[in-house]
Amino acid sequence: MSAHATTYVPKSRFAKWFESRLPIAGLIHSSFIAFPVPRNLNYFWTFGAILIAMLGIQIVTGVWLAMHYTATATEAFNSVEHIMRDVNYGWLLRYAHANGASMFFVAVYIHIFRGLYYGSYKAPREVLYILGVIIYLLMMATAFLGYTLPWGQMSFWGATVITNILAAIPVVGDTIQSLLWGGYSVGNPTINRFFSLHYLLPWMIAGVVVLHVWALHVTGQNNPTGIPIKSGKDAVPFTPYATIKDVFATVVFMILFAWFIFYQPNYLGHADNYVPANPAVTPAHIVPEWYFLPFYAILRAVPDKLGGVILMFGAVLILAFAPWLDTSRVRSTNYRPIYRQFFWLFVIVCIVLGWLGAKPPEGGYVLAARICTAYYFAHFLLVMPLVGLFETPKALPGSILESVTGPGKQVSGSGLPAGAAAAPTTKG
Amino acid sequence: MKTTRVLAASLFAALLGASALPALGAEAPQPPREKWSYAGVFGRFDQAQLQRGFQVYKEVCAACHSMKLVAFRNLSQEGGPGYSAAQVKALAATYQVKDGPNDSGEMFERPGRPADTFPPPFPNDQAAAAANGGKAPPDFSVLAKARTYERGFPWFISDALPFVGYSEQGVDYIHALLNGYEDPPEGKEVPAGTYYNEYYPGHLIAMPKPISDGQVTYPKNDKGEPVVPETVDQYSKDVAAFMAWAAEPHMMARKALGFRVILFLILLSGLLYYVKKRVWADVGGEVHGLQPELHKTY
Repeated sequence: MSAHATTYVPKSRFAKWFESRLPIAGLIHSSFIAFPVPRNLNYFWTFGAILIAMLGIQIVTGVWLAMHYTATATEAFNSVEHIMRDVNYGWLLRYAHANGASMFFVAVYIHIFRGLYYGSYKAPREVLYILGVIIYLLMMATAFLGYTLPWGQMSFWGATVITNILAAIPVVGDTIQSLLWGGYSVGNPTINRFFSLHYLLPWMIAGVVVLHVWALHVTGQNNPTGIPIKSGKDAVPFTPYATIKDVFATVVFMILFAWFIFYQPNYLGHADNYVPANPAVTPAHIVPEWYFLPFYAILRAVPDKLGGVILMFGAVLILAFAPWLDTSRVRSTNYRPIYRQFFWLFVIVCIVLGWLGAKPPEGGYVLAARICTAYYFAHFLLVMPLVGLFETPKALPGSILESVTGPGKQVSGSGLPAGAAAAPTTKG
Repeated sequence: MKTTRVLAASLFAALLGASALPALGAEAPQPPREKWSYAGVFGRFDQAQLQRGFQVYKEVCAACHSMKLVAFRNLSQEGGPGYSAAQVKALAATYQVKDGPNDSGEMFERPGRPADTFPPPFPNDQAAAAANGGKAPPDFSVLAKARTYERGFPWFISDALPFVGYSEQGVDYIHALLNGYEDPPEGKEVPAGTYYNEYYPGHLIAMPKPISDGQVTYPKNDKGEPVVPETVDQYSKDVAAFMAWAAEPHMMARKALGFRVILFLILLSGLLYYVKKRVWADVGGEVHGLQPELHKTY
């Protein structure tokens, strides 16, 4: 990160001394204060900040929960109820953590679809984007591991189903499964391992988030027009403009989060998970958490177990290839009239897949899941490459400023609102 | 956009159609929705109802159903049935609790203390199963949260929303189940050891009708009449409310805190909105920071 040039000028003697030894203040200054942000960003661009807030909340509540939780097959369920009943504000910690996971996924899905809509995955942001896909994969692993920890029926049977899926992987599947189980079935060693891994992965997420932000600050942010910053007039400094906007959006998001914590704490969970794990009784329907449902639908849409596993993991991994599958030179879908229709169809297909994932795999549901799975992959393998070749995009604005002020106006300082010259860019 | 709308509309129609499918094949009817004092944002437990519900549990359900995670002391906690500490101490003392080993290595029985949890009716799950036709009766501690029924599309969406929200599926199911013992429809085989219940999934429940009208004597008012009717409908409402409390003893504290948190967040976001507007009002000027390298895709 030291390659960054910075405009940070240390003032005190200590700051000068420190900066010449570890230029971290300059790094923070250039990343979060002076960093130029496209001035036309909409509120979909605040979800990065919201996600960082959610990661922080998950880590803090999680560390506190771990102080009261017992990761054994016999005590896990009761220790969660101990947290709910006897720990001071334990109910708040647990409901914040459980619903926090869901809100984390709400935010990440909006963040991902925003990236897909505005072409944020295209050059030069491929690495930034792939780091995001890695974070998403780590999030899914962390969420799955966390959901097993209360050791209710869905925890146990979810763990059983997913670890059995892994066993379908050729050659190494059985070894992976044994390593996760620590025995011949899901049991006490499994919950110990899962707890350890559940505590480990968030720190890996935090590490990749640092890389994600680093990569972002090399390429700069995309924006609704998809055209790059061409002059200082296209941008505003991160602080105070993006900072205040991010804080505002995060607080609004917290209202939604608080609604679920305090008034619908079990809405996003499953009633069966309040039944202690029982290896002898299989629940009528084993259903994962809502954020996995589209992938669960894809898994079950395939009659062959290995095929289902390949498609399920493929559905996530294919995201990483989007930068090269999309042939259009225009980033923002706003200027792509044909792709835009396919994009919204893709969003609907993902939602329908989610709904199908919650339904039993029988009759019309299976057929619908197969059609949707086919479209899901066709979107990446056919629509993205072909539409980009044949579509005539709309005319792009000359600059970000022009997209804000309108094309007729002269692109100069005169197009700016009053007081523009006095923009507070002197902080720090 | 037109195509998108047509596609969206047809998908929505398909969803509606598909969601109607399982309803046709579904066996169990939806439990009727009751009024619960503790539903909604300002919901509060009715102390008298919790006390009656506890009475029903103690006199009827506790013969078979344990409640291992609830302690006697919980009964005097804020937001609960509102017994006094002295009442709880006296109540706990009426139970015999197994303790030990003592200094000579013996297990012994002693009167219960407020810190003890409710002693289970059977020494272990196997004994409970053996005495109840092969399956242990479920523990009551979190049962109200462990039971639900499927609401289907689109209700599952509106259930999460303010004002029209609904999270009492568990207690509605329990109330319906206790009132759902009926004669089986003609041709329905009811094997020995099972009973026909309108609301139980599959209709064949191992629990015989647990309670009948007049079985529990409720407190009387000044005129010597019971404060509420001594009917199965009332018993089951009271015991379901008690179970809701047992499953979520801090529910009232949760809702009260939530109201303050959300009010604070709304006020804060309102203020932040105006700060944001103010900051952005003078937007513009050259950026004096690091310029990202302008890439050469175009």
